[in-house]
Amino acid sequence: MALDLGVFCKSTLDGEVVDHCFSSLFGLGQNADPSYLDWLMTAWGWTLAVAGLGLGIALILGAIMGTLRTLPDTGIASRLLVRFATAWVELFRNIPVLVQVFLWYHVIPAFIVPLKLLPSYWLVSIALGFYTSARIAEQVRAGIQSLPSGQRAAATVLGLTTTQIYRYIILPMALRIVIPPLTSESMNAVKNSSVAFAVSVPELTLFAMQAQEETSRGVEIYLAVTALYALSAFGVNRVMAVIEKRSRIPGFITASSDVAAH
Amino acid sequence: MKMKKLSQVLALTALVTISGATVAASATMDKIKSSGAVTMGVRESSIPMSYTTGDSRFDGYQVEVCRMILSDIKDKLGMSTLRINYQPVTSQNRVPLVQNGTVDIECGTTTNNANRAKDVGFANTLYVEEVRIAVKANSGINSISQLAGKKVATTTGTTSVQLLRKHEKANGVNFDEVYGKDHADSFLLLESGRADAFVMDGSILAGNIANAKNPKDFKIVGEVLSTEPISIMVPKNDPEFKAAVNAAIAKIVANGKMPALWDKWFLKPIPPKNIVVGLELSPATKNAWANLNDKPAEDYVQKK
Repeated sequence: MALDLGVFCKSTLDGEVVDHCFSSLFGLGQNADPSYLDWLMTAWGWTLAVAGLGLGIALILGAIMGTLRTLPDTGIASRLLVRFATAWVELFRNIPVLVQVFLWYHVIPAFIVPLKLLPSYWLVSIALGFYTSARIAEQVRAGIQSLPSGQRAAATVLGLTTTQIYRYIILPMALRIVIPPLTSESMNAVKNSSVAFAVSVPELTLFAMQAQEETSRGVEIYLAVTALYALSAFGVNRVMAVIEKRSRIPGFITASSDVAAH
Repeated sequence: MKMKKLSQVLALTALVTISGATVAASATMDKIKSSGAVTMGVRESSIPMSYTTGDSRFDGYQVEVCRMILSDIKDKLGMSTLRINYQPVTSQNRVPLVQNGTVDIECGTTTNNANRAKDVGFANTLYVEEVRIAVKANSGINSISQLAGKKVATTTGTTSVQLLRKHEKANGVNFDEVYGKDHADSFLLLESGRADAFVMDGSILAGNIANAKNPKDFKIVGEVLSTEPISIMVPKNDPEFKAAVNAAIAKIVANGKMPALWDKWFLKPIPPKNIVVGLELSPATKNAWANLNDKPAEDYVQKK
């Protein structure tokens, strides 16, 4: 079938072709009516914002929870922390992400009223971040546990405290090891951000649903949205590849993998 | 051997003759006749137009009209029984599902507009919708002009989204739009205070309010934002089927069945919860019954 890409240069108000495809976003056109291309770009911005915010939350919480799960048994405090982190992981990875989004949007603010003041994209980012953090925590734990136990033992013998062992010995190695699965997980965060449409964040999926209804050009709209999702996820992949390359240490555990980062 | 071949040839000839005879007729009616079943597209929460009463049963004003139409077509095709399969559709997938033949006849709340008419056919209109505003009764909002800067809910994939945008542009006001993924979701946004108003078709607003925990907490206010014909969707390239549907509609109207149907769905208690929608018959709808037509929304110029 013939693609009609002209649909993106039409005004979102009356469906007429506008002077300049980016008519309002960069102030290029004389008339200020936004085109579908403007809307698409704004929607992409929302997708990136939700995904970025969610990923930030997920990486921080995931690294913390994953680390806590591997704490040595040194007393009640450490045992409680391990239990807490385990509960965290099991709670957030056992509930479908869409359900979590609804919980954060509709249910939890009913009990914790101040949350109602948060804009919906924050609540979605929290939901997405917590969900992804459970998965990242498991990867971090796997990375830590893949280290030879002699590392921890040697550090203890040197008289380092638990915090120092993690800060200087274990985490620098473990986090390098888990970069490849973290890449996948970060790309997943971009793709999972599509659930945000369900709680009225005007991101790419919501744009696709609404714009294809208004223009009847579903094929073009969905192709554009697909391309932007793919591009975003691939962008994350490249960023992670750069991080992987930059953080590589010659002669280190993962250094042998020249094929990495593809 | 020869005998078998001959019978094959005969069978083939007969087949060609049959299919030759029916090529001129409607593909949809062929399918209905040969399969003994028809797929009706329905909505899940468009009370009282088209909604589920639980246990995957569907009912409503539009659904009942469609059942009458299908029973008429069944008689026309000389069938003794016709099985109706109900296929729930959403605002997003209803047009594609009619286009690709999954749904033979869609009996929901689809606005007949010129844009959609490029993809699907519309039967003659039996219901004219007026887009209104629902607010909480104690909100003090009485008109769209009071909504500037307020949160306004509407449902993704409906014409109301574009309507709001146009209104913003025309009047230089700014709404903070929030989008529900379906009507029930949009109403929840209003109910939970995440939105100050819900802009949607009057029947949907009335239906959702009637179905709410405390219907008295909500009211429909303000001017009519837009007048739109709600029509039954049929496949586009099947004028014979559309003609049969329209003939059935004409018969239903001529028999004077419409006022009773209106009474049943809009003014009397309806299943499953025996709520009363309470929407009076509008002059626009009455006019549509008197002058059956399939004009798109663009022809319904806003009467001010």
